[in-house]
Amino acid sequence: MNTKDLASKSAAVIFTKSTCCMCHSIKALFYDLGASPAIHEVDHDADMERALRRLGCNPAFPAVFVGGKYVGSAKDIISLHVDGTLKQKLIEARAIWF
Amino acid sequence: AYVQQLESSRMKLTQLEQELQRARQQGIFISSSGEQSQSMSGNGALAFDVEYGRWLEEHNRRVNELKGAVSNHAGDGELRIIVDGVVAHYEDIFRIKSDAAKADVFHVLSGMWKTPAERCFLWLGGFRSSELLKLLITQLEPLTEQQLLAIGNLQQSSQQAEDALSQGMEALQQSLAETIAGSLGSSNSSGNVANYMGQMAMAMGKLGTLEGFIRQADNLRQQTFQQMHRILTTRQSARALIAIHDYSSRLRALSSLWLARPRE
Repeated sequence: MNTKDLASKSAAVIFTKSTCCMCHSIKALFYDLGASPAIHEVDHDADMERALRRLGCNPAFPAVFVGGKYVGSAKDIISLHVDGTLKQKLIEARAIWF
Repeated sequence: AYVQQLESSRMKLTQLEQELQRARQQGIFISSSGEQSQSMSGNGALAFDVEYGRWLEEHNRRVNELKGAVSNHAGDGELRIIVDGVVAHYEDIFRIKSDAAKADVFHVLSGMWKTPAERCFLWLGGFRSSELLKLLITQLEPLTEQQLLAIGNLQQSSQQAEDALSQGMEALQQSLAETIAGSLGSSNSSGNVANYMGQMAMAMGKLGTLEGFIRQADNLRQQTFQQMHRILTTRQSARALIAIHDYSSRLRALSSLWLARPRE
């Protein structure tokens, strides 16, 4: 399955690398929000990494998709969570209910 | 005799450095006139301490201006200008910290650029936004229902983001510990030397990610600060900025008292 398909398969999708501790933080945040994101570790998949970068993911990890759309990396997620936009997007994508 | 002279000069220099550090911790701004001393902390740390001291001086000046405007019953328009100025000036410190973290992440992380009592509350190289908001809720009454809800949400969001970043840091510590442990060899074989170098290289990579955590922690502080001002009226923002300033000043005063306390 290609990257785009994977990104659309669940309401919340996070592409990570097992060595990336910032990815760990963003995963923790999503779990804390009750979002149950689909996690894809891309440690050994150079093709998928390249696909993510081509989709505009910069930095490539963590790459967060909500409702099939790229939302951003750690900095974006934190900013959007602070102003309430992240929760809004998660509710719209039915990743969470409130 | 020459060696003795050298030794006593070295002791004097160490003494002076200690006094300088102590004085800085007491909140006294001491300007270093361009002399780059070969102190252990390095030039990046020293440069940041100086810039931070300058920023703090300017911040104090602006907040005093704000206090004056408030006590003179200035109109909303005039207040807005001063408040916006303080908020914009806050942006400067985040930029300065970002540069400092690139130069010497451990200095920023250590909090040695803050006074002792402030360091009690240190989290990832700075203050906790969630704690700041807790303080402000008590200082800013009365707030409208809508504002209370918004501030409450903001507090919850910043707390959640703080927890998430803390968890990432713990994962980093764990990972680093495992890497260093993995470099420990039980025999002197050439395989172990290669293992050592490989593990050290990995550990270096992990240390490099610390800067990212400081950056996101500061990003969180900055975003929370800006969001707070969107929720508050001009007058409330003014009171908030004054409350934050006075609280920090109290902590710095506490540090001075602590450092000057009589010891048996």
